[in-house]
Amino acid sequence: MAKSLGPVKRKFSPWTDPSAVPFIRFENITKRFGDFTAVDNLTLDIYEREFFSLLGPSGCGKTTLMRMLAGFEEPTEGRILLQGKDISGVPPYRRPTNMMFQSYALFPHMTVEKNIAFGLEQDNLPKGEIATRVEEMLKLVKLERFAKRKPNQLSGGQRQRVALARSLAKRPKVLLLDEPLGALDKKLREETQFELMDIQTELGLTFLIVTHDQEEAMTVSDRIAVMDKGIIMQVATPAEIYEAPNSRYVADFIGDINILEGTIAATASALGAPGAVRIDCDGIAVSVEQECQAVKGDKVAFAIRPEKVRISPDQPADTSANAVYGEVWDIGYLGDFSVFLVKLADGRIVRAAQANVSRLVDRPITFGDMVWLTWPVDAGLVLTR
Amino acid sequence: MASVSETHPANRSNPARWLVVAVPYVWLLLFFAAPFLIIVKISLSETAIALPPYTPLFKGFGAIGEFVSQLDFDNYLFLTGDPLYIEAYLSSLRIAVISTFLLLLIGYPMALAMARAPTTLRPTLVMLVILPFWTSFLIRVYAWIGILKPDGLLTLLLQSLGLLGADDQVQIFRTDYAVFIGIVYSYLPFMVLPLYSALEKMDNTLLEAASDLGCPPWKAFWKITFPLSLPGVIAGSMICFIPITGEFVIPDLLGGADTLMIGKTLWTEFFGNRDWPLASAVAVILLVMLVVPIVIFQNQQKKVA
Repeated sequence: MAKSLGPVKRKFSPWTDPSAVPFIRFENITKRFGDFTAVDNLTLDIYEREFFSLLGPSGCGKTTLMRMLAGFEEPTEGRILLQGKDISGVPPYRRPTNMMFQSYALFPHMTVEKNIAFGLEQDNLPKGEIATRVEEMLKLVKLERFAKRKPNQLSGGQRQRVALARSLAKRPKVLLLDEPLGALDKKLREETQFELMDIQTELGLTFLIVTHDQEEAMTVSDRIAVMDKGIIMQVATPAEIYEAPNSRYVADFIGDINILEGTIAATASALGAPGAVRIDCDGIAVSVEQECQAVKGDKVAFAIRPEKVRISPDQPADTSANAVYGEVWDIGYLGDFSVFLVKLADGRIVRAAQANVSRLVDRPITFGDMVWLTWPVDAGLVLTR
Repeated sequence: MASVSETHPANRSNPARWLVVAVPYVWLLLFFAAPFLIIVKISLSETAIALPPYTPLFKGFGAIGEFVSQLDFDNYLFLTGDPLYIEAYLSSLRIAVISTFLLLLIGYPMALAMARAPTTLRPTLVMLVILPFWTSFLIRVYAWIGILKPDGLLTLLLQSLGLLGADDQVQIFRTDYAVFIGIVYSYLPFMVLPLYSALEKMDNTLLEAASDLGCPPWKAFWKITFPLSLPGVIAGSMICFIPITGEFVIPDLLGGADTLMIGKTLWTEFFGNRDWPLASAVAVILLVMLVVPIVIFQNQQKKVA
């Protein structure tokens, strides 16, 4: 008999179900501070039990959006629906959301225990129940031994856990996390990311996280909204955002990417093959297999991730398309990967990444070598925005 | 590299370093400890009709035995025996406690409003609080006489507003009320500034966090803001309470004949009755009384630092 691995990890995608009712709905939200528009006519649906990320550079409006959901700011226009109910005008202390602050905002005059109990005490729960809940939370974040400490007697990572426990103690319908792991070092951050995901699945809560760290967003989220200047550029799963960005902005913001500006040379109808596009990128002929609305002569960009570009000293059989020749200009050795910066004859730089699968200290390709870069037709994509 | 020179053994015995440390101690010894010991000494001697008006106690080192035998605790016994002095002490403490409470009541909202004001406005507000210091303290207390006296500005104002009949006058000058008004007015900056500095340091996201966890603002004030401002409350209260207890000028100028404060008693003993030993004893007991709040204040300061 086969050994059980527990319940099968179900694919979670309520956003693809047209009958699903969004848990949180931002409806045509605009927020202005004086003459600065922080959030511009934004509409967004978030579903129950979703781990949703708002990702963007600082000043893109992501924190403002979250603060409006928490009730610290009121939208200038539009409304926010929580489980179908308009929550405009409801003060923060009556909203079923809890927030984990970027600065943690732990009460310095209270012990860890008291901090966690604070929210429960506001609900006038019986003493015994508060104690049980606090104990549960301490166990969840593995801080049982630190219950009587004050925040200033804890390390950064421990403080972050207290903040998390405090915001979870009331079992909020939505947990808001504002750059929750920003102050932690890389190792601890990665560990905590997985813990956050475990906690979210275990408690079955909806998490909304604000971050400028794209790796963090990719790791933890079911879906990501990439924001820029108060508007949403793309909402999709991490894989979609990475593999099929809808614009130069999203492509460039997430991960490393080569972007070559060009014009459409021929479209599917002319080529006789469905979903094929030919682009002329200033002398580089590119062939892409992609459904594309653009027509001949349109200005577009061809984008390809470095790890999808193959690097080789040998000339490929077919050099008519998807092949460029250049000199290795710089090499970034990252341990697991090496990134090669290849300078073409016209000075453009194309990056190619290669997994270091064998244990070699001296790589076969080195500075100054002349190399060919090639890629298959389904590796890159055409960006019209 | 200060840290290096500190641990360097050659520098540890450097006499120049000792000199630097010694200066403040010598200062304290000369201008605090020595005068205080002289006061203690005077308080233990007998009154004499002479200049200065007390019997000299110390006549060379050979007379230490004689010195001890001549120590005279009569003044202290007299002080504890006479209800006038005990009442003066108690009355001083009562006035200081009430004034400090009033100062907190008025100063806290002011400091809170200042700390919550826009950042650009705060320096101006602090400036306004310390502005009265540009005028002499004495002149400001005299100004209050002009306001509070029966035919003063307050009476005129109330009469012109129709709140007071043309023949009526405000009768608070030369009463305890006038003393409280004068004290609260004079000491307000000393209360507001420590409170402001404590409140201004407070992280505003703490209040957001409290609100987020279900705590309405008025409750958050008592749960978060007030406990966190306690160092400021204690500092402000002590800075006011200690000098108010020994206050002389304000009760003398604004208070009535029945306003009993130890500062006034002290003055009367020194200059009215010319009983320096008794006056010194009064001063010593006052100091002993104030040691407790001073110690509390110092401990608090240490905790903050």
